[in-house]
Amino acid sequence: MKLTLRVWRQKNADAEGAMSTYQVDRISSDMSFLEMLDTLNEELILNGEDPVAFDHDCREGICGACSLVINGDAHGPERTTTCQLHMRSFEDGDTIDIEPWRASAFPVIKDLVVDRSAFDRIIQAGGYVTAPTGAAPEAHATPVPKPDADFAFEHAECIGCGACVAACPNGAAMLFTSAKVNHLNVLPQGAPERETRVLDMVGQMDAEGFGGCTLAGECATACPKGIPLVSITGMNKEWLRATRKAGKR
Amino acid sequence: MARTVWDSSVGKKTVMAVSGLIMLLYLVVHMIGNLKIFFGAGEFNHYAHWLRTVGEPFMHYEWTLWLVRIVLVLAVVAHATSAYQLSRRDIKARPDKYVHKKPRASYATRTMRWGGIILALFIVWHILDLTTGTVHSGGFQEGHPYQNVVDTFSTWYGNVIYVVAMLALGLHVRHGFWSAAQTLGVGSRARDRALKTVANVLALLLTAGFIAVPVGVMTGVVS
Ligand code: HEM
Ligand code: SF4
Ligand code: FES
Repeated sequence: MKLTLRVWRQKNADAEGAMSTYQVDRISSDMSFLEMLDTLNEELILNGEDPVAFDHDCREGICGACSLVINGDAHGPERTTTCQLHMRSFEDGDTIDIEPWRASAFPVIKDLVVDRSAFDRIIQAGGYVTAPTGAAPEAHATPVPKPDADFAFEHAECIGCGACVAACPNGAAMLFTSAKVNHLNVLPQGAPERETRVLDMVGQMDAEGFGGCTLAGECATACPKGIPLVSITGMNKEWLRATRKAGKR
Repeated sequence: MARTVWDSSVGKKTVMAVSGLIMLLYLVVHMIGNLKIFFGAGEFNHYAHWLRTVGEPFMHYEWTLWLVRIVLVLAVVAHATSAYQLSRRDIKARPDKYVHKKPRASYATRTMRWGGIILALFIVWHILDLTTGTVHSGGFQEGHPYQNVVDTFSTWYGNVIYVVAMLALGLHVRHGFWSAAQTLGVGSRARDRALKTVANVLALLLTAGFIAVPVGVMTGVVS
């Protein structure tokens, strides 16, 4: 395949960025999107140019490191991560626009790499359980009803990639935060911090400068893990419950 | 607790949902009341007079009406303030647009802010037109709402302003009702279809019911 790439290039956080155009040739349709970018970078390096910086790690759709807005879609046209997107989703001769996640809470560090540590701080605010550490407890020690286990697991699938923020017209982190809140709040292990978790995580989300939810639904469409829009409804419910309880105390 | 709610983006959205639902409830009642215009001047004017005597003898003349007005003003102010502040926050959170543009979200979703501004302007015009009579076309008569309504819808601009606002209202309610359910945490996968259907039916009934009045005047059914 022969492709024209228009890639966002930006030297560093303070520099002005712009789209640069590159041609790549001899791309196999079996390559992943990131392998296609590797091919471009090898060429750039051979020509003595600065390679395009982009995030990646596992390349198997589980770590959440890869990002990229491809032709206006976070993670591109398929419902998967950019690392699991293959070039067969494109046509020979296509022009592909590649941009970084856009949100003021995710500032660009270089080219296509953005700083997602705001997500880490949301997790630090309450996305954990205070469990005694040591050997793994006996699996049947704490019974969990099957529907609750399924619900928790569905939300535990979130890999923290930030596509939801990138896709949201308000740069909101509601889907990510709701995935984490719902995952832990439904489980007995998460019960002791059920109220503080949702209040503190939403508080941190606001403090990081993410926008609010207008229920446009773009996040759930972009999410490679299929976290549903009703997760946000669930978090709102948890937040209202926690606020009412805090008011009574 | 009030502080916690107002300082949080989720809490402020709750204020927007509750105030929106209060206005929505009022509008359903208001729309049904307006339809009495099709039963003639006597019945319509009598209805308007009754609005002032609701709750008597416990309430004094117009007390109930003023109570409703105060609740509505509070709802409009709370709704518009939270909408403004949340919109400011949203725009600030996404300062850089994507170079590659795509059509996004549904029409009703994308028009919430503009629709809201149209509704705010409409509310001001509507009160100055038919409540106070300040901008009314042709002598406004206190206590003769039937004639006042006919006068308003005998002007082209009266019809245009009204119909545009009611279309905006329909779109606003279509997304707003369903949104409010999510904001208040009562939406769910099982209830989603039902909520969307209720939102569409409410939007359609409100818009059609309100627009029936100017159409009635324009076609001479009401004169
Ligand atoms: C003063 C004029 C108004 C303004 C400026 C305004 C503005 C807005 C805005 C910006 C939103 C948020 C939209 C979004 O989530 O994307 C909204 C939501 C809403 N509005 Fe209004 N609106 C106005 C009047 C009304 C009226 C008259 C009603 C009554 C039917 C109403 C009912 C609602 C409801 C139910 C919501 C949903 C709240 C939620 O998302 O939880 N609004 N409004
Ligand atoms: S909710 Fe989905 S899109 Fe958002 S961070 Fe988690 S996996 Fe990524
Ligand atoms: S690189 Fe790990 S999910 Fe894509």
